[in-house]
Amino acid sequence: MTSRLPFTAVAAVAALLTALLAGTAIGESNLSPSLVGQVLANHLWQAGYAVDPIDAGIVWNYRLTRTLVAAACGAGLATCGVILQALLRNPLAEPYLLGLSAGASTGAVLVGLLGLGSMALNMSAGAFIGALAAFALVLVLARAASPAGNNAQVILAGIAGSQLFNALTAFLITKSATAEQARGILFWLLGNLSGVRWPSVWLAVPVAVLGLLVCLWHRRALDAFTFGADSAASLGIPVRRTQLLLISCAALVTAVMVSIVGAIGFVGLVIPHALRLLLGPGHGRLLPASALGGALFLVAADILSRTLIAGQVIPVGVVTALIGAPVFALILVARRGHS
Amino acid sequence: MAPAPIAPLSCQGLGLDLAGNTVLDALDLTVHAGETLAIVGPNGSGKSSLLKLLAGLRKPTRGSVHLMGQPLAQVPRRQIAQALALVEQQADTLDAIRVFDAVALGRTPWLSALAPFCANDRAIVEQALADVDALHLRGRLWGALSGGERQRVHIARALAQQPRLLLLDEPTNHLDIQHQLSLLHQVQALQVTTVVALHDLNQALTCHRVAVLDKGRLVALGKPLEVLTPQRLLDTFGVHAHYLTDPYDGARILRFRAP
Repeated sequence: MTSRLPFTAVAAVAALLTALLAGTAIGESNLSPSLVGQVLANHLWQAGYAVDPIDAGIVWNYRLTRTLVAAACGAGLATCGVILQALLRNPLAEPYLLGLSAGASTGAVLVGLLGLGSMALNMSAGAFIGALAAFALVLVLARAASPAGNNAQVILAGIAGSQLFNALTAFLITKSATAEQARGILFWLLGNLSGVRWPSVWLAVPVAVLGLLVCLWHRRALDAFTFGADSAASLGIPVRRTQLLLISCAALVTAVMVSIVGAIGFVGLVIPHALRLLLGPGHGRLLPASALGGALFLVAADILSRTLIAGQVIPVGVVTALIGAPVFALILVARRGHS
Repeated sequence: MAPAPIAPLSCQGLGLDLAGNTVLDALDLTVHAGETLAIVGPNGSGKSSLLKLLAGLRKPTRGSVHLMGQPLAQVPRRQIAQALALVEQQADTLDAIRVFDAVALGRTPWLSALAPFCANDRAIVEQALADVDALHLRGRLWGALSGGERQRVHIARALAQQPRLLLLDEPTNHLDIQHQLSLLHQVQALQVTTVVALHDLNQALTCHRVAVLDKGRLVALGKPLEVLTPQRLLDTFGVHAHYLTDPYDGARILRFRAP
């Protein structure tokens, strides 16, 4: 297994680079891979190729940024799905379970409708605060419902929190938004990579990488949760501290991702389940594989969202749901045959 | 006079309240090195709760537990797991984990970034599987195991921790009669101090000592035949009982009648 590691790592990097190249080249106006390569070379080591400045702008400031952010978000959301499923011992756990995206939506809509300053930036800040507020509420509710930390209670609290924040969002939109605002907000809520530029890349990529590294460091602890929290404790895992650290990590990663691109579902659910089916439940392999799978999945979904309907961009959350829901159904059936 | 050897595990004035109910109260117990101590009592008498407190999985409301003479509350989780392993009832998973990997989890307290899973750990896991007669299951998926096989895998995982103390919560539940007998025999043959909660009082008779719990209190502790008297069984379990002698080997066995 160890001897296969370098090969696997090279294959993973190659797959990621290919996806990034494809995400940058394919779009409404297809650009050749060599043109993409020339633009990248110009920027990375001043190669000095003669390139049309408009094409160069599209590649560097528009396509590359959104593809990088898509990859980071996919990786981050899939990683969060893996940790939440492991720690909450519930196959349905994913970032949305904790009401994070619903809270983020409410926060974003609140700021957006109050119309403070530059809309895009403040909506992101609002989403981040909203996500953390929802997370705190869900944890307090779960704790009040079951002091011993019953995992089913966290999920029920998450559902209650999601419903509350979704209702608040709908209420705010109905009460305060103009038709134009409502359309913009709904578009954002469904997941939107159009607005991302380099500052978002510098936020999303380090957060995704750091989140993955923290979780990988705790891979044995995550494995020890296989038979539940008590079993993990009797295997020497400081359960409370591990849960707090890793769930906070998942909440922060999700909050950052949602604040950049809006609510994108199914990545955290489908990718970990599919890879668990292929690789088994060991987190040493599952975590990096899920991060890679999530990145590839969201880059592919982004390409589809830009090309399925000519001249129009479908919200990427719609694409992930359209692919993710049937795939998840297939996984459910496959799991039954498996176990 | 030589100082008394430090007891591997003991508790003083142990009590636990859950949701306003007293689950355990005023419990003093000292486990001797090398013995097999049975904990018996009717349903709801607090056997599982006691094992959880002794393993440090719950904080006692009153009193304290000592592991190798140290207050358990002050011992780091990892260090506890290197000394003590608990096999709970009905720990289950939906993960498609293989038997070998499930048992290998028992090495968790001994592994770190500097000490990854190595050939020695593999040998310990295989020995643990062999100890519970489950080596042939090593490649099977958890979901494909019977209840008894799962129980043996749980015990193998505890053995892979190489603990000095083994706490077992009704390990013979779900087992067929052959595996009940062989498992108890294997557990008693292990070179570890064992505390085992048991339902079957005839199984408790084969242990070194028996502790009887009734409504969260320790009502008797001592050698099986001295503790499990007909009067005690009537008072605590509400059954009439008398001893028979097995003509095969002269062993004493209990027979019960409803009152």
